[in-house]
Amino acid sequence: MVSFIKTFYGVQFRMLSYIIKRLATSLVTIWMVVTITFLLMHTIPGGPFTREKALPLAVLKNIEARYNLNDPLWKQYTDYIQNLARGDLGPSFKYQGVTVNQIIAESFPISAQLGLASLFIMLFVGLPAGIISALRQTKWQDHLAMTLATVGVAVPNFVVATLLMYIVGVKLGWLPTARWLSWQSVIMPSIALAGYYTAYVARLTRSSMLEVLQQDYIRTARAKGLPERVVVYKHALKNALIPIITYLGPILAGILTGSFVIEKIFAIPGLGEHFVASIGNRDYTVILGVTVFYATLLVAVNLIVDILYCFIDPRIRLGK
Amino acid sequence: MSKRILLMLMALVLVVTLATGCGGGENKQLANEGGAKVLRHNHGEEPESIDPALSTTVDGGSIVIACFEGLTSLDENDLPVAGVAESWDVNENKTLYTFHLRKDAKWSDGQPVTANDFDYAWNRALHPDTAAEYAYQLFYIKNAPEYNEGATNSKALGIKVVDEYTLEVELSAPTPYFLTLTTFPTLFPVRQDIVETNSKQWALNPETYIGNGPFKLVEWQSKDHMKFVPNEFYWDRNRVKLDAVVKTFIAEASTMLAGYEAGELDVIDSVPLNEIDNLKQNDEFQMITQLGTYYYCFNVTRPPFDNPKVRKAFALAIDREDITNKVRKSGVPATAFVAPGVPDTAAGKDFREVGGEYFPIKAQPQEAQRLLAEAGYPDGQGLPNVTFIFNSNEEHQIIAEAALEMWKQNLGIENITINNQEFAVFINTRQNGDFQIARHGWLGDYNDPMTFLDLFTTDNGNNDAQWSSKDFDELIDKARLATDEGDRMAALHEAEKIIMEEVIMIPIFHDTENTMIKPYVKGLVKSLLGFTYYDKADIVK
Repeated sequence: MVSFIKTFYGVQFRMLSYIIKRLATSLVTIWMVVTITFLLMHTIPGGPFTREKALPLAVLKNIEARYNLNDPLWKQYTDYIQNLARGDLGPSFKYQGVTVNQIIAESFPISAQLGLASLFIMLFVGLPAGIISALRQTKWQDHLAMTLATVGVAVPNFVVATLLMYIVGVKLGWLPTARWLSWQSVIMPSIALAGYYTAYVARLTRSSMLEVLQQDYIRTARAKGLPERVVVYKHALKNALIPIITYLGPILAGILTGSFVIEKIFAIPGLGEHFVASIGNRDYTVILGVTVFYATLLVAVNLIVDILYCFIDPRIRLGK
Repeated sequence: MSKRILLMLMALVLVVTLATGCGGGENKQLANEGGAKVLRHNHGEEPESIDPALSTTVDGGSIVIACFEGLTSLDENDLPVAGVAESWDVNENKTLYTFHLRKDAKWSDGQPVTANDFDYAWNRALHPDTAAEYAYQLFYIKNAPEYNEGATNSKALGIKVVDEYTLEVELSAPTPYFLTLTTFPTLFPVRQDIVETNSKQWALNPETYIGNGPFKLVEWQSKDHMKFVPNEFYWDRNRVKLDAVVKTFIAEASTMLAGYEAGELDVIDSVPLNEIDNLKQNDEFQMITQLGTYYYCFNVTRPPFDNPKVRKAFALAIDREDITNKVRKSGVPATAFVAPGVPDTAAGKDFREVGGEYFPIKAQPQEAQRLLAEAGYPDGQGLPNVTFIFNSNEEHQIIAEAALEMWKQNLGIENITINNQEFAVFINTRQNGDFQIARHGWLGDYNDPMTFLDLFTTDNGNNDAQWSSKDFDELIDKARLATDEGDRMAALHEAEKIIMEEVIMIPIFHDTENTMIKPYVKGLVKSLLGFTYYDKADIVK
């Protein structure tokens, strides 16, 4: 009993120190991301107030003074880092009076809802499709699922989005064509967004399952006379999931922060659009803000995935 | 274990997705509010600001115009009519305007609109700390540019509150179009108490967005829509027939069109280029002319375009009709720089009608080739390499490709290429004069030829042609100081003639807004500057 507790705490302690170490390196990663983005962003020509109609010089000076853009670059950088440390991402240059914190707070939940709905489709459609294909290898179920998966990977999401909008929204009138109004608004964009990933998850699950099903321990399990259900779900699937989780981790960070294309097509007020639009607008604070946010999320998801590994696969030990 | 995790994950996904939901059944409400007259107009991308002083876009301006009213207002023919000011006196040299404000004009919270509100708003728009981009719309007022630079104080400004309902404005030069400037959003009144109490946030919240216009903002779902209802305190409340206006923020033209076709929207302001041919069959498609000119700008300091004959040859090789009809499928072929719709106030006609055409609509290949030969490049031989630049955008791309073909074919040259750049990079390149020939466009800020022509004065920040002419500058100055409309218009016509004969640019087409308007929408007014006026609009089903 005592030895068990020791081992248990040993594992806990190892994990804790691992997490702390990872958090420290994450901070360095995020700082590097901020610094590189800051430099790149100021390297490209044009600024937040570059207009088709040139602004009178006096007006431009006033604007630059207002946003401290007339400070030397190093000062702008240190100011930004100081504010960032306090969690203040600064004011948007484009949307007057709106802060970047507000922009993220308003738009991230929307992108995240859409992302979760897509994740739901990926897991509930992609995983079963992959498992069935693997179990019915070379049978019609396999061919059907894999043909659909190939189409899913090959057809770009904007094509799916436009087709859905035209057929379901305009012609059939079953769902609102665009915008973010009710639960119905989630359906088409989440399908369009999930399409590629679902297909990929199905293919990944299939190949991973096929590999695992040929392992000796599966043969042993079958030889022991275990029911097929137990063999497949308890012994095979558990190990087959590892590559899928590896794949889904980083995807999750991307899919939660929104897709520029899907959000643009369906006029969804999510975060995804800001990643691209802010660069065109040279909205410096928004560029940095969404980049920091995304980097943080990505680092966090990767950490969670690494921790999850050791629950799924006892062979993996953290902190060693 | 894995199964449990998976199940937990899935359950979490499901719960979060369903529990958080979104919006909340609003779609139906917007589509049909129990027979109420609700106009659903897609606005385009959410405006950067709807603060009258800070608004810079045409779309944002339409919101400001719905919620505020200036001293004057525009009628259907783009002519200034009484707004908050019921009458005005102008001195003989048109430098002193005295506005008499109506006493029944009220803010949406019931407070009276006074001359102080204008005084405060104009001071604020000009104040360096406000950093308003459109502050220059007020630069006509005496000492305004100096005040904006921080070189003088507000007392020196030519704005004087005589009494609560009388405002005296002194201008630095005669400005006969000042009454159209007072219809522009930057010159609208704002409430000092509201702005100062709520600082930068006042124009972000429907409760503090107090205006004096025909409508008031009641709902703003960020990046999705805004909703307006009539302002019960508006002095001419009876003019407003709609029960509500909903402005949606769909930015993508194909998405707007889908929404329009599905009956979710009543008015959309742009359509995908490749759909125009189909849509033209439909009565609901309307091309609304705007005060704008799309042109290609030469850098007159760079060879070969330092030679006016080469410039003219390039201009004559362009087929404006083909570009408008076959390529862009919309717009009006431009035969000169000043767009149609601008009045020649002396002649009482359109400025364009009096000024005439400087470039033919169809290409003139023979004449173009002759000029090129005269310039020393017979059949294009010896012509330095030419690069045309534009910013990455589908519309600019197809027009540039068509122009490239026209130059190659009609001039018989091969060493010409087109090159696109990202927007801000492009503008930077163009403003630095680092180009030979570039895409350009100009949308008027007010309805007078001056808004086009003063662009090419030597010190103008928009004179990307790098062109300078003493004669031209003098003509513009003469027009600025003229107190007689006949003299002013004559000078402006003369000025346009110089830039057209010097061919410092190639006018290509005048902009149109390609809209779809449902037949039951009546009385919606779109001004030449592109603003939408809802005050007289109605829905008659």
